Amino acid sequence: MPERAIYSIRRLGHATIDSVLRLGYAARFIMLTLLHSGTGFRRLHLTIRELYFTGVLSLIIILVSGLFVGMVLGFQGFQTLQTYGSESALGVLVALSLVRELGPVVAALLFASRAGSAMTAEIGLMKATEQLSAMEMMAVDPIARVVAPRFWAGFISMPLLAAMFSAMGVFGGYLVGVVLIGVDEGSFWSQMQSAVDFREDIVNGVIKSIVFGFAVTWIALFEGYDAPPTAEGVSGATTRTVVTSSLVVLGLDFVLTSFMFRGV
Amino acid sequence: MATDNLIEISNVDYWYDRRRAILSGIDMAIPRGKVVAIMGISGSGKTTLLRLIGGVMKARKGEVKVDGQLVNKLNSDGIYKMRRRMGMLFQFGALFTDMTVFDNVAFQMREHTNLPERMIRDLVYMKLHAVGLRGAHRLMPSELSGGMARRVALARAIALDPMLMLYDEPFTGLDPISLGVIRNLIRRLNDALGATSIVVTHDVQEALELVDYVYYMSDGKIVAHGTPQELLANREPLVHQFVYGEPDGPVPFQYPGRNYAEDLKLGARRA
Repeated sequence: MPERAIYSIRRLGHATIDSVLRLGYAARFIMLTLLHSGTGFRRLHLTIRELYFTGVLSLIIILVSGLFVGMVLGFQGFQTLQTYGSESALGVLVALSLVRELGPVVAALLFASRAGSAMTAEIGLMKATEQLSAMEMMAVDPIARVVAPRFWAGFISMPLLAAMFSAMGVFGGYLVGVVLIGVDEGSFWSQMQSAVDFREDIVNGVIKSIVFGFAVTWIALFEGYDAPPTAEGVSGATTRTVVTSSLVVLGLDFVLTSFMFRGV
Repeated sequence: MATDNLIEISNVDYWYDRRRAILSGIDMAIPRGKVVAIMGISGSGKTTLLRLIGGVMKARKGEVKVDGQLVNKLNSDGIYKMRRRMGMLFQFGALFTDMTVFDNVAFQMREHTNLPERMIRDLVYMKLHAVGLRGAHRLMPSELSGGMARRVALARAIALDPMLMLYDEPFTGLDPISLGVIRNLIRRLNDALGATSIVVTHDVQEALELVDYVYYMSDGKIVAHGTPQELLANREPLVHQFVYGEPDGPVPFQYPGRNYAEDLKLGARRA
């Protein structure tokens, strides 16, 4: 029995040391990525190519999801608001929910599963097929050539995708609320315009999406770069990217929200 | 004479875990212009040795000198500078799968030189011509056979006319024709470039026909070295078993374990 107890304690210790080590590696990795970002900017075509893969190719899922989330918000919001006779505030409800929360958060979750998992799998496979080692042997740093352009592409595209998600969501809310149910169009837009504050709501939402973009891209790239060079290794890393970044996004959202909307 | 050796390795040890040495007491001298094989069974430490020469890992003890430079004392800038004069062919080619054959070969030229694109184009065609694949420059790596991929990787490795070529298991998984092509190319390119080549392999026949000198490794040590003829005549049981591919010998067929009878519980039944 004491042997088993010692064994479990040792395993716990190992797991703790491993996770602290990994955290350290991840920190070192992001530092190196930022340090080597010069290459990515000097040769802009590398970053632009990645912007296409992470940003443009994520557009469809982001736009369609945004539309549907907005439409559902239109339905649900109308039902609740109707009870209090304030259907005219539907525009405010839809816009605030999207700009403050759903836009950045849902877009980040979708971004993690669409673009993040692709980044992890791609880099993990490049590692497994020795492409990264080959690059190193050719005196080209893979962090500068492969990782940094992808990092900036993710960092730039995430806030844009979140903004498009919100815009599409507002349009979805309009479709359902105004076009389908018949809420007064004038009050839908004018109430939205007067209630949504640029600094408090929109900028805070954008800040959130920037933070999420940084976190998701960092996690995705690190998981890929750190993946064991085998089939199971890459599949495990891809799963971890989606799970970890989703949890991190939700956790960060709580923290950011509690700082941003203290006075509300 | 020291200056005639491109690579000098003296008394090198390497380990991940102090209790289990991967390499111990390696001494090796590789003369300029020669093709040298490092042979041994899987896990004998030959790839690790190749990595020490390429500066991917640093020797824990001893000296690794490439062209007079101490590799294990170089910083990362120094290592990158040294690698520009090295070419490495990986086991399965390691071509960049998101680029065409042309872009793969042009990769290093674009990264490390300011040559105009027209000149790069001519150089890439010349390199591809040397491996017989000029006509395939538009293809993607996924459209190539294993042998073709290996040849493209070879063209990529010689892109900057390296002084040292490293081959990591270049013959693995090739059909006999591709194998012959790669073998001839290794020799021809070495002589044409005036380079020095190190071939890590366990392919006895191919290696002995190709190389000038052989180092045979077992368990992280060099147990024999000499010309291919000397190796074939070597009476050392380890070398003999390897060269003639005998299934049992000093390297046992059975992975070490408990007594067979014990595992089948023969004793228990009798009791």
